Amino acid sequence: MVDDSAIRALEAKLVELRQMMEAGNVDLTEELAMLESKLLKLRREQYARMSEWDRVKLARHPERPRGLPLVEAMAHAFYELRGDRMGGDDPALRGGPAILGDHRVMLLFHHRGSTPEEQRACRHGMATPEGYRKSLRLMEIADRLKLPVISLVDTPGAYPGVQSEEQNIAGAIAQSISRMLSLNVPTIAVILGEGGSGGAIAVAAADRVLMMENATYSVISPEGAAAILWKDPSATPQAAQALRLTAPQLLELELIDAIVPEAIGGAHTDPKRTAEDLRATLCQQLTTLCERPLDELRHLRYKRYRNAGSARTPTDPS
Amino acid sequence: MPIRRDSKGRYVEVELRRAEETLWLRCRECGELVFRRKLKETNHICPRCGAYFFLTAQERIASLVDRDTYAPIESGYASDDPLAFVDRRPYRERLDEAQAITGLNDAVVVGRGMVDGRPLLLAVMDFRFIGGSMGQVVGEEIAVALERAAELRIPFVLVVASGGARVQEGAVSLMQMAKTVAARNLLAAANVPFIAVFTYPSTGGMLASVASLADVTIAELGAMIGFAGPRVIEQTTGQRLPESFQTATFALEHGVVDQVVPRESLRAELARALLVLSGDHNG
Ligand SMILES: [Zn+2]
Repeated sequence: MVDDSAIRALEAKLVELRQMMEAGNVDLTEELAMLESKLLKLRREQYARMSEWDRVKLARHPERPRGLPLVEAMAHAFYELRGDRMGGDDPALRGGPAILGDHRVMLLFHHRGSTPEEQRACRHGMATPEGYRKSLRLMEIADRLKLPVISLVDTPGAYPGVQSEEQNIAGAIAQSISRMLSLNVPTIAVILGEGGSGGAIAVAAADRVLMMENATYSVISPEGAAAILWKDPSATPQAAQALRLTAPQLLELELIDAIVPEAIGGAHTDPKRTAEDLRATLCQQLTTLCERPLDELRHLRYKRYRNAGSARTPTDPS
Repeated sequence: MPIRRDSKGRYVEVELRRAEETLWLRCRECGELVFRRKLKETNHICPRCGAYFFLTAQERIASLVDRDTYAPIESGYASDDPLAFVDRRPYRERLDEAQAITGLNDAVVVGRGMVDGRPLLLAVMDFRFIGGSMGQVVGEEIAVALERAAELRIPFVLVVASGGARVQEGAVSLMQMAKTVAARNLLAAANVPFIAVFTYPSTGGMLASVASLADVTIAELGAMIGFAGPRVIEQTTGQRLPESFQTATFALEHGVVDQVVPRESLRAELARALLVLSGDHNG
């Protein structure tokens, strides 16, 4: 990550000054304001210098708002539904009906866990066939009860394991994509942290795809690409650059619709604001989408994915 | 190419080669030099040891479709190199090389034809073209084929030989999973059958999208069928992989495919499936 020692020093200084102000009756308002603007400037500069690889690290930041805590901060009510009704429940891909502002929705989200035990149980957000079959089940419910589907995507990828293969993880992902595309309700996907490959697109083939400013979305991790194409793990930052996996780059490629801005320094510097901003953005998008007639929505959805990332014919002048 | 399958249905690693360039091919399994024309008669199975040679898309088409019934549908699409991707080599160079070697625009060939007198829309992948990976052109061609099959109301057959998504096209290749699935849903809405044939290899993003959504799935003996690569699984989980892991038989045992057949029976198997699925669309 970018060297942030200057920022940390300033932050410490600010805390110190505030304590001094509270303790004694010294008025340090001016000094505080000066330091704060200096801090903001530093953060902006650092932010602008960030490489793609820095963004990957920010997207994976351990304190990044995500999973169940984010959902609880964002929704007025959330009722978790568990199990795929076929033999298991995956703690890495979760969901249930929720209330967001004025909207009743069906939420789907990856969960990485915060404690080491939880992270192990959730396999750091890598979902299994049970997870994708649960998402399929929840989409069925959403279709039936006319709940727009919102997915919060944050996964390194689907879980690569013997059992995953035995239970046909590929088929589970394919079915999840297929069902999401055929839903008779509006759908929104937010790439929240890492949008890792098939495990991400399984719940991200939506009417609107938003990306957090520092999220990444890619067909392969930079580490994976470095191993396969460069055959050299030290080429990972280069691979991150080549893959064009940041939000601004994907917006330019017209693969996503909008970027949700984060606090300077990253979403983890202000989790409360992250939850509020995301809720506001989602509610706004929901209002727009819900006004559209269903036929039109489905037609636009087909066109969107039918044309996504299309090649031009050599004879096509455009 | 990490390719070696033992017992029945071994696949023989063949170096990237220009079509119809060499007269003789050496079986990597037993060392036998086989006359190329002879291979055509044996479905590209080594006459000495039974190993399978890789089939190019054209060879696969010829092995499945009734003589003189095949008509290609050529879109003329070629990759834009949407990311201007460079690793140790520019992607552009890899594309040019693959195009020169295969004579193809990209890793899939689409056309119409008949199998045992029954019409079908056929999309056949060619592993020589960057591992049969799915980028914007493969996604587009498969979507076009599905739409055409829906329009003409004739069954769609996809012969998979793909290592997965085209890494050099990044998120653009990821979108092809959604694109092909959207087109597959269109075919479903038209009530037209879809048969997938899994060969070596049927893996990654190709398997996790359109390929896994067929009505009937037939695996060629010797196919490799799976989402994640064996090495990735071992590294992530520390698990020892079962002997038969990701083989056609493994897929059959775990409910992933309907049938496993040797190469020489594939055409007849396809004809049998088409007979029961497309009786109404005869001729
Ligand atoms: Zn041989």
